[in-house]
Amino acid sequence: MDKFIKHTGSAVPLRRSNVDTDQIIPAVYLKRVTRSGFEDGLFAAWRTDPTFVLNDPVYKNATVLVAGVDFGTGSSREHAVWALQNYGFKTVISSRFADIFRGNSLKAGLLTVILGQSDVEAIWKVIEAEPATHISVDLESRSVSYNDVVLDFAIDDYTRWRLMEGLDDIGLTIKKGEFIDTFEKTRAAYKPATLPIRS
Amino acid sequence: MATTLAQKIWAEHVVHAASGEPDLLYIDLHLIHEVTSPQAFDGLRQTGRTVRRPDLTIATEDHNVPTLNIDKPIADPVSKLQVDTLRANCAEFGLRIHSLGDKDQGVVHVVGPQLGLTQPGMTIVCGDSHTSTHGAFGALAFGIGTSEVEHVLATQTLPLQRPKTMAINVEGSLKPGVTSKDIILAIIAKIGTGGGQGYVIEYRGSAIRALSMESRMTICNMSIEAGARAGLIAPDQTTFDYIKAKPHAPADFESALAYWKTLYTDSDARFDREVDLNADDLEPFVTWGTNPAQGASLNSNVPNPADIKDDEARGAAERALVYMGLEAGTPLKKIAIDTVFLGSCTNGRIEDLRAAAQVIKGKKIASTLRMLVVPGSARVRLEAEAEGLDKVFLDAGAEWRNAGCSMCLGMNPDQLSVGERAASTSNRNFEGRQGKGGRTHLVSPLVAAATALRGTLSSPADL
Repeated sequence: MDKFIKHTGSAVPLRRSNVDTDQIIPAVYLKRVTRSGFEDGLFAAWRTDPTFVLNDPVYKNATVLVAGVDFGTGSSREHAVWALQNYGFKTVISSRFADIFRGNSLKAGLLTVILGQSDVEAIWKVIEAEPATHISVDLESRSVSYNDVVLDFAIDDYTRWRLMEGLDDIGLTIKKGEFIDTFEKTRAAYKPATLPIRS
Repeated sequence: MATTLAQKIWAEHVVHAASGEPDLLYIDLHLIHEVTSPQAFDGLRQTGRTVRRPDLTIATEDHNVPTLNIDKPIADPVSKLQVDTLRANCAEFGLRIHSLGDKDQGVVHVVGPQLGLTQPGMTIVCGDSHTSTHGAFGALAFGIGTSEVEHVLATQTLPLQRPKTMAINVEGSLKPGVTSKDIILAIIAKIGTGGGQGYVIEYRGSAIRALSMESRMTICNMSIEAGARAGLIAPDQTTFDYIKAKPHAPADFESALAYWKTLYTDSDARFDREVDLNADDLEPFVTWGTNPAQGASLNSNVPNPADIKDDEARGAAERALVYMGLEAGTPLKKIAIDTVFLGSCTNGRIEDLRAAAQVIKGKKIASTLRMLVVPGSARVRLEAEAEGLDKVFLDAGAEWRNAGCSMCLGMNPDQLSVGERAASTSNRNFEGRQGKGGRTHLVSPLVAAATALRGTLSSPADL
């Protein structure tokens, strides 16, 4: 995973709440067996509408998505994160993310940033008035800045460290293998196993 | 210290805890399907890792498989590749798989419980958000993404932040014709799609205790629609009786039972949030909008967005009515339906098929609609056929299909077309969920059956 320390880019306003992962990428686009190529499916239904904000040429090179509350609800499909990344987004700002989507984003290196709804609305107004406005998301200082505005955001120390180092979560857990070995020795014998097969 | 059930199960599975780090949690059962696993297996190959516990892992084919002509090769080459990839991955890593045509193939959340692999006090994960279904057994069960699927395959653990706990107390008794689907739809309408965010929900109260295991699964299944990654119900005699005859019930049942009986929330434990719902007042509940919280009693009207005070909710309601092609003030019972879908991990179990068949028996579905009946698993299908339920549906003019997720998410050929309106026993009414441009009303199996007969949203009381 690439390290995430700071990202600066232009932003696109997505003034919708409850953007579920079926909207981010519909199920018919989930059939690939790779992690790439999902940008075609990103907001596929909405992108057929010429007035949809992602079709506005002024937001063509945006790398920051500023979304409404409850972004990423519904299905656990990590393809939603990949579709956003494959399209070119590096970070998503919202006042609330669904738990599974947020977990997936932080595993895959798409930084999800939680700001207050009034701050999100202030950013929407600025980037609608001046689409070229650059937004900086700084994980080191845990802040979002644009023009002369600086907004702090919260993220736990562990996730921040892992993203800034670009560390593989599985590698970190494997280092704790002895704890897993010990735990498994104490597991109750009556817990079910899938093998051997009983029917 | 007094603890809630979710906290107890969590504590029993902590492999490693350190301040400033997420807890490392042991996973007792990992369910796999074709859509969210291929990239995880690729990750294992790229890093030279293997599956730590094949004996705690099980795969089935459900999300994209056809429900017709399952004895023939899958017609869609992209779907076929995904299913073939799952089969090859399971062969390579030595994993148990139930493929199309196998009697234990089916929707992953129907398969686990019917095999008896879902038991109280377990941690259960799957790359599917409806894994919360298994919480009905008093297990801590939740959906994960593909990165986490790879993590569990490699280590049988997950690093996780400890969730908050919420109690939803449902007291009273349901009127005839009102089901657990109506309870959960009413709960979601009450707390919203983000209301459970960050929480594990425990469903409690006399109305929950009175439910069968299958009805409890319907409730826990839709916890994610209220934003909660997991929802659970303390195990009791209903739970123990359900597991006893299942293939993977514990050989040492008494030891397991002694442990299961310790699984409850201490009387003096405190939840971070409590919500109350009265079961006595509930009526059949349906959704009118494009998220599962946009629901109302079937006996009411399509709401008027102008009456909604909150700006965000009003805007969402306005948008939803445009998408759904509905006018404020229309009685919900006047809404004409094109397709009835009976199935899914929410309501595709034998009890659901029996309930719908009882309403439909000896009658014909309306000539203006089609009805798809898709059993949740091949076993459910066989059981239904042994009881003659297939004939009830076929005689009424419905289609009797093979098992899979089918029209719940429209990944296989079972889809709505643009503007087509469905009454669906599934879990999500998102825009385009059941097919691009399709319109979904979430309903119980009883409402689905009555709607199929009358052609408009209806409950059995309307017949």
